[in-house]
Amino acid sequence: MTESAENTNSAIFDIHDMTVAYDRRPVLWNIDLTLRNPGLVAIVGPNGAGKSTMIRAAMGLVPMVSGAVRAWGAPISSQLTRIGYVPQRGSVDWDFPISVFETVLMGTYGSLGWFRRPGGVQRDLTMQCLERVGMQDFAQRQIGQLSGGQQQRVFLARALAQQAELYFMDEPMAGVDAATERVVFKLLQSLSDEGRTIVVVHHDLRTVSEYFDEVVLLNVRIVTSGPVATTFTPANLQATYGGRLSILDTMADAVQKQVETE
Amino acid sequence: MLITQTQIVLTGTLLLGIAAGMVGTFAVLRRRALAGDVVAHAALPGLCLAFLAFQSRSIIVLLSGALLSGLLGAVTVSMLKRFTRLRDDAVQGIVLSVFYGGGIALTRSIQNTHRNDSGADLESFIVGQAATMLKGDVQQIAVVVAVTVIIVVMLFKELKLLSFDEQFCQVQGWSATGLDVLLMLLTAVIVVVGLPAVGVVLTAALLIIPPAAARFWSDRLSRMMMIACVIGGISGVTGTLLSARYDGLPTGPLIVLTSTAIFVLSWVLAPHRGLLWKSREVTDLESFLPWVESDAAEPPAPTTSGSPGSAQEIS
Amino acid sequence: MVQTYSENAVLPGRGVPIPFDGLTTQLAEMLELPATDVQNAFWTMAVGALCAVCCSLSGCFLVLRRISLLGDALSHSVLAGTAGVYLVTGRVDPVPMLLGAMAAGMVTAVMTQFVHKAAQLPEDSSIGIVFTSLFAFGVVVVSQAKHVHLDLDCVLFGDLAFAGVNLHPVFGWLVPESFRSLVPTLMITLLLLAVFWKELRLTSFDPTLAVTLGFSATVMHYLLTTVVAIVTVSAMEVVGLLVVALLIVPAAIARLLTDRLSTMLVLSCLIGISCTTIGYLLALRWNSSAAGLTAVVAGAELLIAIVVSPRNGLLGRLIRTARLRVRICAEDVLAGLFRRQERSDAPDGLVQASVSECYALAGGGIMSMAALRWLLSRQLLQQAGSVMSLSETGLRYARSMVRSHRLWEAYLKENFNLPPDHLHDPAEDMEHFIGPGVQQQITEDLSQSAEDPHGRAIPDVKTQEVS
Repeated sequence: MTESAENTNSAIFDIHDMTVAYDRRPVLWNIDLTLRNPGLVAIVGPNGAGKSTMIRAAMGLVPMVSGAVRAWGAPISSQLTRIGYVPQRGSVDWDFPISVFETVLMGTYGSLGWFRRPGGVQRDLTMQCLERVGMQDFAQRQIGQLSGGQQQRVFLARALAQQAELYFMDEPMAGVDAATERVVFKLLQSLSDEGRTIVVVHHDLRTVSEYFDEVVLLNVRIVTSGPVATTFTPANLQATYGGRLSILDTMADAVQKQVETE
Repeated sequence: MLITQTQIVLTGTLLLGIAAGMVGTFAVLRRRALAGDVVAHAALPGLCLAFLAFQSRSIIVLLSGALLSGLLGAVTVSMLKRFTRLRDDAVQGIVLSVFYGGGIALTRSIQNTHRNDSGADLESFIVGQAATMLKGDVQQIAVVVAVTVIIVVMLFKELKLLSFDEQFCQVQGWSATGLDVLLMLLTAVIVVVGLPAVGVVLTAALLIIPPAAARFWSDRLSRMMMIACVIGGISGVTGTLLSARYDGLPTGPLIVLTSTAIFVLSWVLAPHRGLLWKSREVTDLESFLPWVESDAAEPPAPTTSGSPGSAQEIS
Repeated sequence: MVQTYSENAVLPGRGVPIPFDGLTTQLAEMLELPATDVQNAFWTMAVGALCAVCCSLSGCFLVLRRISLLGDALSHSVLAGTAGVYLVTGRVDPVPMLLGAMAAGMVTAVMTQFVHKAAQLPEDSSIGIVFTSLFAFGVVVVSQAKHVHLDLDCVLFGDLAFAGVNLHPVFGWLVPESFRSLVPTLMITLLLLAVFWKELRLTSFDPTLAVTLGFSATVMHYLLTTVVAIVTVSAMEVVGLLVVALLIVPAAIARLLTDRLSTMLVLSCLIGISCTTIGYLLALRWNSSAAGLTAVVAGAELLIAIVVSPRNGLLGRLIRTARLRVRICAEDVLAGLFRRQERSDAPDGLVQASVSECYALAGGGIMSMAALRWLLSRQLLQQAGSVMSLSETGLRYARSMVRSHRLWEAYLKENFNLPPDHLHDPAEDMEHFIGPGVQQQITEDLSQSAEDPHGRAIPDVKTQEVS
């Protein structure tokens, strides 16, 4: 037991027995996931498999029914400053009166703490991050005036400005043009080369083996996870995409109904 | 004497307009515009109860009662949303009308039992009566406004983050709930301070209209907020002056109508987002300069991107 | 009580008959109250009820379509309509003013959408801008019209208390004045319901589906808005701005109580009537505003509905959760006893445990005491002195529980990528929700169902039934 505890402590990121329910109906079952090595990790699974829910629950944005999430051996809520996040593009109001520069600058707020204003250091960092995603020329634009791919790059730049060691990205490649996709992958690669860990909710199966080190196959529960070479196999994909487990659906109904009509 | 009284009222409405514009900016951007309306209506019973309990017309006593029941209304809204399957709009309507009904009932019975004009006094809170503001009232308003401004300036960074991207605010370790409560508190305070001047029914307008007008003029939050303050201040002053000039016209509605006029003017005249600018853009650029089409290589994203915070799909 | 108002009342028996005259007189004799008072009260309640029915019927659709605040906005802007007509004509005529108020209602609905779309503002802000502006306009005009009867107080507070006092002859009967607008309003509302029942139901529950099926949700939206505007205008004479309470609260209560549209409509009407009636009676008692108290009563009824509503009520939920927890504790005892029996190799039904051991198996606390009583009352456990043992049925129940547990562990092992030491806890949670049907499903799904991942035999419930 002590040995396994030590293993967990040395892990970068560890989810233990996480179950998430919406309206008392479980949508993620007993998730157990440990990441030990830095690198690029893809979360892959069909629509409605709970991919976004998993990372959102891990970051405390969605309440868990049970389970614990730790990063570097400590509860994740105490490690948030070391973790970066790229939400789905649709999660904010793009008509908000804010410029690209200001949006990216928000990535530095976490390290600033209460009351302190961003200064020259933060501004320089923001410009560097914008340059890394190739958006420096758009710094003064209002964010609503950008294309979808550009908006995605702004979100990435904001995450870069967080200077985190562990990143969670929710479908950063959804609905972007080919140019942006290349920029994003190059960026992810360089982050990975710097020794960071990037967990990406991904929907494009064709690019998984090309870019990612590890893969998590998810369909309301973790089907399997591990290095892409050994895990990303047709058999495992069949198990992930070959329909939902009807027993889990029945059970989800049973749980919800029991609580409602006991 | 008349001049000093006007000056007192002017100072009061000016300060009120500025503070409301400031807090209202966040309310409008966070789509909580009508929360102010709910708080204002919910404040009425507290006002009456404070009067009944302390038999006092001191503005600070009445407004404390109002603030408490206004906040109770806000809490009720969030409780109802959490524990029932009623939707946001129904919950707001329910709290607003039930509290207001309670306030009306109390006002009536106060009027019927206290044969003096205290009932009428309380009634003045329903549509507001800025003209009767006293020097002490304005001093108190000034303190409240000063505190509000200081808090907003100190926490501008945090409030901006919360308003733009609540989730990102949370994952960076800020307490989104705490900031939300603070914002609600500031809104309630401003609404309640505005009650004597503008009244229960119209205070919400002070929070909504100036920021909405300011949005036409700027794409930056800080500038938008300053413009909202200016518009709020101008509305307060102009409404008061008009009311003083044409005797018998109530101040509150005039302040609101002034800000509405500024809103309409902004909508028509403002650069980029204004109607005139847009119509010029359409005629000039598209029909006369066909090459601007090339700019469409990167078309602007659709502005409707789903309301943030609304129940998103599960995946 | 109502004596103060009764001097103004039209006295009965001047040739024009009053409906239910005999009834109210009888009632007055029974209660030993002045006949006119009872009559006034009767008619006031009738007006209130009529008002409530009109409001509730249209309010249901506001609540279902999530546009409740439009009702609020309409009630405010109606003042601007009447004021506008007064400004133009300089006179106070009911018919033009009614039309003006309706027009204002329509303007509100259209302007709200227009400001929202054309000015790119959030919808709540655009509602706020439109109705406060219109209301402010109305207040300014009304404040200048003091010499005519255009009463701001009436708009702000309503005067239900006087509604039964002014009786006017209509078609040879003396009825309250407000009937002249409320009865046609009710007819219009019912007509809308009758003609567009199917469409209204469809567009209220699923606007997107409605559009794909060819019904224009927009047309229905404006049709509904028009009717709500009419309802608001005629009800405002009686309850003032608090028409919002009658529009939304009874409908919301009914929504909490049922999922069927027809039931919801009927319920909301009944609730609405009870609100106005009780509100009026309380107003008489406390000498206060009837409209205000109507809203308060509505709020109180909502609170009651939230607590005791059979399906979604807080009380019901609390009881259900408690029952579930008792059952879970009880099942834990059964499963614990069964495991003990497995280990002891004793013949079926012979394993015994002390009361305190059973109590510990249930997890301790009040729930465990309830759980033991639950087990004894169902004769799943037998008690002899301080010794408990499984009964025949208890044994079967327990076997099934352990079977569920181990099946789930096996299922997790095969389908979930979980380490062996992570299997027990989820199974401990889920075993209580696995019925015979799911057991069967899992058995069919598993490659083998003889042993669980820890190498223990999965007890079979069927072996006994086969023999």
